[in-house]
Amino acid sequence: MKAKTMDRLMTGVIVGVGFLIIALLAALLGYLLIRGVGHISWHFLTSPPESIRAGGGIGPQLFNSLFLLVLTMIITIPLGLGAGIYMSEYAKPSRLTAFIRLVVEVLSSFPSIVVGLFGLLVIVNRFGLGLSLMSGALALTVFNLPLMVRITEQALRAVPREQKEAGLALGLSRWRTITTVMVPIAVPAIVTGTILAAGRVFGEAAALLFTAGMSSPRLDFTDWNPLHHTSPLNPFRPAETLAVHIWKVNSEGLAPDAAQIAAGASAVLIVTVLLFNLCARWLGRVLYRKLTAGR
Amino acid sequence: MTLIATDKNKAAPTPEDAKPAAMQPLPDAGPGEPIKPQPATDREPAPAFYTKDLSVYYGEKQAIKHVSMAFPDREVVALIGPSGCGKSTFLRSLNRMNDLIPGASIEGEIWIGGHNICDPRTDVVRLRQRIGMVWQRPNPFHKSIYENVAFGPRYHGVKRKAELDAIVEDCLRKTALWDEVKDRLGQSGLALSGGQQQRLCIARSIAVKPDILLMDEPASALDPVSTAKVEELIAELKRDYTIVIVTHNMHQAARVSDKTAFFFLGDLIEYDNTNKIFTNPSRKSTDDYISGRFG
Repeated sequence: MKAKTMDRLMTGVIVGVGFLIIALLAALLGYLLIRGVGHISWHFLTSPPESIRAGGGIGPQLFNSLFLLVLTMIITIPLGLGAGIYMSEYAKPSRLTAFIRLVVEVLSSFPSIVVGLFGLLVIVNRFGLGLSLMSGALALTVFNLPLMVRITEQALRAVPREQKEAGLALGLSRWRTITTVMVPIAVPAIVTGTILAAGRVFGEAAALLFTAGMSSPRLDFTDWNPLHHTSPLNPFRPAETLAVHIWKVNSEGLAPDAAQIAAGASAVLIVTVLLFNLCARWLGRVLYRKLTAGR
Repeated sequence: MTLIATDKNKAAPTPEDAKPAAMQPLPDAGPGEPIKPQPATDREPAPAFYTKDLSVYYGEKQAIKHVSMAFPDREVVALIGPSGCGKSTFLRSLNRMNDLIPGASIEGEIWIGGHNICDPRTDVVRLRQRIGMVWQRPNPFHKSIYENVAFGPRYHGVKRKAELDAIVEDCLRKTALWDEVKDRLGQSGLALSGGQQQRLCIARSIAVKPDILLMDEPASALDPVSTAKVEELIAELKRDYTIVIVTHNMHQAARVSDKTAFFFLGDLIEYDNTNKIFTNPSRKSTDDYISGRFG
């Protein structure tokens, strides 16, 4: 076959594969949205679920998912950034760092149900945190931390060496070079990594079954004191997230409209993830422009 | 606070043409205090600095072999030689930038203003403030034009806006960039052309008032017009700074430098007045290289 024909053929194949993937994605999204969107209403988004009667909502679950995301990120981002900076800038190549890297890789590919059971035994029972948002956030940190560390490390390594040297040559200390010269350049990549990590918080169910629990106490959305038992902001209360709720409704829901609730909740979950991605990207761009005088 | 313990300085060994007694000590300005401007007139024309028996290793490989040479105050020294001859390595060891490369180690002495900077107790951060550096590829910070210049002085303690403005204007004027950028100081330094970026980098490095400028092929990534501008600039800067420049371009070495050093396979083959090197070199390999028979 002539090289030119071959080239055309392969271009066709690659374009075809691309379209196939886009079509699959569009079909999946469309299916979930079309099935679910009819059920979404203000009432559905704000009211608590019903266990036997029809007409239950997903208000607390939606709030729990967002709150859990914030909690997890509060724990993950500083730890991940710190470890990532250490791995890329301070750690000397040695057996220890090779071992840390191996552990990080293994952690990130841990089956989530195992992490859930580990969380139940260690965080929930041993440390006595109980089935709570905090336990859930700590369990999710187990997944997210490796991702965050690796992304930060790679983002910093991708910063051109001359940028780092320029900072040092001006007589800046190593720490200031990292924080004022290198991290701003790495921000877009770190934001992307954070979004990936955050996506797991929304989607994760198995690890949360045993750590954050499958029930939500009656929440009083007028009481914002984090120390009160029925306050939505209390991190030590059990909290069922949206993904867990979808699983529960599907597998053991007794309400007559369980199928619609699951479909509606799935649509809401997808839209939330999309919105979150857009917001995070926008925030990352603003941050980058602010730190680097834009371009 | 001085760079290193003082008792060591008195026993400063002297190579043939170096007179350490005439050198001025390092300034005490720390990151907390503003840098005192160095009056350019009251300095004796003495060797600003010299190396003694300097060897640099990358792992087992010896990249620089026992080089002793003195750099006269406020003159331009060009380092020439074929690729891989060690001239860049030599340049980068002068501000301990090779410390960043894993496996690189250094033997021998580099004396600057009465301090052996190879001493492990040397405050490298303070040292680098006295030695500016310009790289082959322009590497402005991902910050505004103003911020690129103001960044160093601000870090070293210049806080007042008016003072910073004056430094920025002064440095940009010295690098003949002021008229081209004065109306868009807030724009990103990356928005400039390659030649402008390189001059911005030079402005950035002189903003912290160094004594010495190290230039690693500063014009090799630039077009002929920008190259001419950078060369003019070097001739200007010579009045205030001791300059060491690595170049691949023989004509450039002949045009800008007062003295020229020819490196080959890590050895300093010949070091003499530029005129002499280019018209009547003492060593055959120098002649071969200059007349284009190899390298």
